[in-house]
Amino acid sequence: MASIIRIEGLTKRYASGFEALKGIDLTIEEGEIFALLGPNGAGKTTMISIICGIARPTGGAVVVAGHDIIRDYRGARSAIGLVPQELSTDQFERVIDTVNFSRGLFGKPRDDAHVEKILRDLSLWDKRHNKILELSGGMKRRVMIAKALSHEPRVLFLDEPTAGVDVELRRDMWKLIGELRKTGVTIILTTHYIEEAEEMADRVGVINKGELMLVEEKTALMKKLGKKTLSVLLAEPIAALPPELAEWDVALGADGQQIDYVFDTQAERTGVSSLLRRLGDLGIGYKDLNTRQSSLEDIFVSLVHQEKAA
Amino acid sequence: MSLRNFHAIASIYKFELHRFGRTLLTGLLVPVITTSLYFVVFGGAIGSRMTEVDGIPYAAFIVPGLIMMSMFTESIFNASFGIYMPKFTGTIYELLSAPVSATETIIAYVGAAATKSLIVGTIIFVTAHLFVDLPVAHPFAMAGFMVLIAVSFCLFGFILGIWAQSFEQLQVIPLLLIMPMTFLGGAFYSVHMLAEPWRTVTLFNPIVYLISGFRWTFFGRGDVAIEFSLLFIAAMLAVCLGIIGWVFRSGYRLKK
Repeated sequence: MASIIRIEGLTKRYASGFEALKGIDLTIEEGEIFALLGPNGAGKTTMISIICGIARPTGGAVVVAGHDIIRDYRGARSAIGLVPQELSTDQFERVIDTVNFSRGLFGKPRDDAHVEKILRDLSLWDKRHNKILELSGGMKRRVMIAKALSHEPRVLFLDEPTAGVDVELRRDMWKLIGELRKTGVTIILTTHYIEEAEEMADRVGVINKGELMLVEEKTALMKKLGKKTLSVLLAEPIAALPPELAEWDVALGADGQQIDYVFDTQAERTGVSSLLRRLGDLGIGYKDLNTRQSSLEDIFVSLVHQEKAA
Repeated sequence: MSLRNFHAIASIYKFELHRFGRTLLTGLLVPVITTSLYFVVFGGAIGSRMTEVDGIPYAAFIVPGLIMMSMFTESIFNASFGIYMPKFTGTIYELLSAPVSATETIIAYVGAAATKSLIVGTIIFVTAHLFVDLPVAHPFAMAGFMVLIAVSFCLFGFILGIWAQSFEQLQVIPLLLIMPMTFLGGAFYSVHMLAEPWRTVTLFNPIVYLISGFRWTFFGRGDVAIEFSLLFIAAMLAVCLGIIGWVFRSGYRLKK
């Protein structure tokens, strides 16, 4: 697979002195779905804004489809479709007019057949003569996607496509993105929901405080994220772990009052029930159980620790 | 200067005219009514007692001033609104992310605003003929002058729209600066009618040169020499283009 976007040493310092991006290096392959995961204020939107031409980089370089975003902004921008986070539309325009407008703005001659296809794919065809202000929030977001796709971009940026969207619409959006991918469009989306990345992406990048902390195949990342900890609160404290428990990845904690067992939720056998059975066999009583998912926060914390240690 | 994306220019131009189209009735009726009112009040009631200014019947004398005044207001309002609204609603993201150069953006937005301004100017010109006998000494110069005025004031309006961060700021320059300067710039009187020192003070008002120049195209004479008028328009164009060039290079209030 050829790369469609190459980002090298990208930095952004705002006039206030705030460093939004601290040297990002990233390559996006053509045809993949890449999820950029990170908490609010991590730099996701800043990064997208720079690639799309809305903000200026302080340092570094970005090449899109072989075109430098500054020197050859026409070539780079022609290859990109952007759906920003905010629902910004020309409320008084009709759906079909605003999509035609976008296509022209990106330098393409009018193409009724193409626009019709996009509107049909997005279930907007019946609403094409409606003014945008008459549409629901979900429909408006579809209009923004239609605008972004109107000029046949090779890369589509979706900035928080499901922020503030209800569950049903979120499912719709995921389905839609899956269908778009079949057309060969490279999709880069930002999100702060792990499950969203899990549902759709091929690769996931985790960004925090302007730094790309890791970029991994989704399956590899999900293994890390898919770990859970089972805590068994014991009825009576024990001095040491009995050797019979050695086959589980267990640790004794809280002054011998608790056993922590880390297990993989994706595994065929989690080992939870067999562990509890063994505890029973050994006559170790317990009064409470709880399980805890390693959250995105945990991943960030451990990533930050790794960075400091390195 | 980068000029290639003609589809974009056409799209923005069409979008802007469409926006004007939504308010077509008020947009075109208002100048007709305003002009008629000015004729009734200044031309009819007051003008009947004044008869002539510099050898020109008063009702005819105020026509160039009226056209200029409306065109100043229309140009600034339309051009500033055209670029301020996308900033306000957030739709500016699309323009900034599109393969469109600064030159193309200016041609489209200023071109559309100037078109509307010229339509309004023409309507007033035609309406005036219903009230007075109006000779035009230099018709081509008159048309050229209107185009120059429309373009320079639309450029000015465009800058204003980029600068403004609220609706109030959008209004403050036209209402507190341009309007008084137009009234004091000889829209309804000749500078020669003023006593010193006001006659000299008035000459520091650039609007005087614009209105005087336009009046020259009608009657063959104005308050100041036509060369000065042309010089002022040229200067205004140059300053506006310079500022706009800087705006796009620096990303001022457009790009973070």
